[in-house]
Amino acid sequence: MAEQQERTTGTSRGNIRELTCIGCPMGCPITVTIEEGGMLSVTGNTCPVGDRYARAEVTEPRRIVTGTVRVKGGRYPVVSVKTASGIPKEKILDIMKVLKQTQVSAPIHIGDVVVADICGTGVDIVCTCEETGKE
Amino acid sequence: MNRLQKDIVIIGGGPAGLAAAVSAYDAGCRNILILERDRELGGILNQCIHNGFGLHTFGEELTGPEYAGRFIERVKERKIAYALGTMVLDLKEGNIVCAMNREQGVFEIEAGAIVLAMGCRERARGALNIPGYRPAGIYSAGTAQYYVNREGYLPGREVVILGSGDIGLIMARRMTLEGATVRCVAEIQPYSGGLKRNIVQCLDDYNIPLRLRTTVIDIIGRKRVEAVVLARVDENNKPIPGTEETVPCDTLLLSCGLLPENELTKGLPVEMSSVTRGPVVDDHYATSVPGVFACGNVLHVHDLVDYVSREAGLAGRYAAEYVASRMHTSDAGQDTQVHSSAESKDTPVHSSTVICTAEHGVRYTVPEKLHFPMQEDVVDVKFRVDNIYRDHYVSVYVNGERIQHIKKRILSPGEMETVKLLQKQIGQSFGGADIVSVTVRLEEE
Repeated sequence: MAEQQERTTGTSRGNIRELTCIGCPMGCPITVTIEEGGMLSVTGNTCPVGDRYARAEVTEPRRIVTGTVRVKGGRYPVVSVKTASGIPKEKILDIMKVLKQTQVSAPIHIGDVVVADICGTGVDIVCTCEETGKE
Repeated sequence: MNRLQKDIVIIGGGPAGLAAAVSAYDAGCRNILILERDRELGGILNQCIHNGFGLHTFGEELTGPEYAGRFIERVKERKIAYALGTMVLDLKEGNIVCAMNREQGVFEIEAGAIVLAMGCRERARGALNIPGYRPAGIYSAGTAQYYVNREGYLPGREVVILGSGDIGLIMARRMTLEGATVRCVAEIQPYSGGLKRNIVQCLDDYNIPLRLRTTVIDIIGRKRVEAVVLARVDENNKPIPGTEETVPCDTLLLSCGLLPENELTKGLPVEMSSVTRGPVVDDHYATSVPGVFACGNVLHVHDLVDYVSREAGLAGRYAAEYVASRMHTSDAGQDTQVHSSAESKDTPVHSSTVICTAEHGVRYTVPEKLHFPMQEDVVDVKFRVDNIYRDHYVSVYVNGERIQHIKKRILSPGEMETVKLLQKQIGQSFGGADIVSVTVRLEEE
């Protein structure tokens, strides 16, 4: 299909990264240039939130991953889970693979650890719903 | 027929109903019943397994079920009664709620007050006028979300999403993570109605194209969706000939807006707003029918659940105060269990109701009716704008005089905005004079 993408954020060209700030509805287009010696120069942001966001996003982007795992004996076939804190962005797909193969048993509660130290991130997968099991 | 009596009946056990119940209880009402048609409390939050809820309410980022869990806990701590699997069939004059469930069959409840908290539903294909056959593979984004997140079932492999509201964006990421390919998200407007954070973290992170000013003009396939035809639109949202493009896919998700679910409301002579499609309410979240209150997405569609909880908390409290004041008038002199904070103050002898005017880019305000003199220190007036505005001012006029003028770098239709009416400010500016008009509008300078 002919690409007609109007936006080109999230792209990188050599040592330049184009980002959209997520700090507020402004959505400032931010350019981060990685200079020699690893120094970052941030332009396009209109407030300090944008600067902080861009630096973190370029050096160590992290995401909270949410998903589901199969549950035995539940009222529903799956329960919802999340990483207890942000994990490195490049680990998302590895984590999804592990979640696909994970099964838990009801009852299970909010905050229960489903997988400890997922994919060597040091972060646990925890349950985010109440599954009391079939009556 | 079995007939119950309740001080407050709350229709809907989602975020609005739960918050309304908790604050009605905390305001002194003990005879409350929540009616929920699903098999559990929590409403739509139970299928919104992504994070980002609760920053305002709890100061942390929760997933939907966790956010619901906090309020369900509060309801249970207070031992507030709720009935699951219970469908409200009808509301009748005299604030009679007619409902049914498996255990009790059809039954009626005489309610001292009713809180409408039924939420909203998605705009369906029929309302979008997309031509083509009716093959399998067309879902509202929320239906697909239910299948994936609750039933553990992936409804398609190659997906096009029409509409870039938050649910559409969230589902683009969710379907991708579960192994589907999302071809693109098409949006007829020149901007997305979704949060920036969702554009970045749901589309950009996975290289999913967002195609603005683009819509679906045909659906191909008889038994199952085989492809959709996209076309660019002009400034009148009419497809531009020659821009058609066939995109092979097996699934089309529709994320094209939410509509307050007010079929029940119409059983009562409640005044409705043609803009919000919800009831018209005053600053106590009271509708035009005495004793009937409304809050949450059944009143107007919110952007954040935190704002639903706050609004519903007020509605619940006012419902409790209404019930308490009625008890005081019916059995004057007797000590009633229900205590009301507002009514112990002197009720103003001379109170006037003013319709708040929304104009110049402001589509509506909630509440729409305001009482003067104000009985609260602050009244939040919520509104949405009709377009994207940069560097505009939100202005509030009272009796033709501008009393607020707040610069906003950006206003967008996807975000709910608020102005605060301050009793002190209005009292100082207008003293004892009658308030005859309030207007909220956008201004360039």
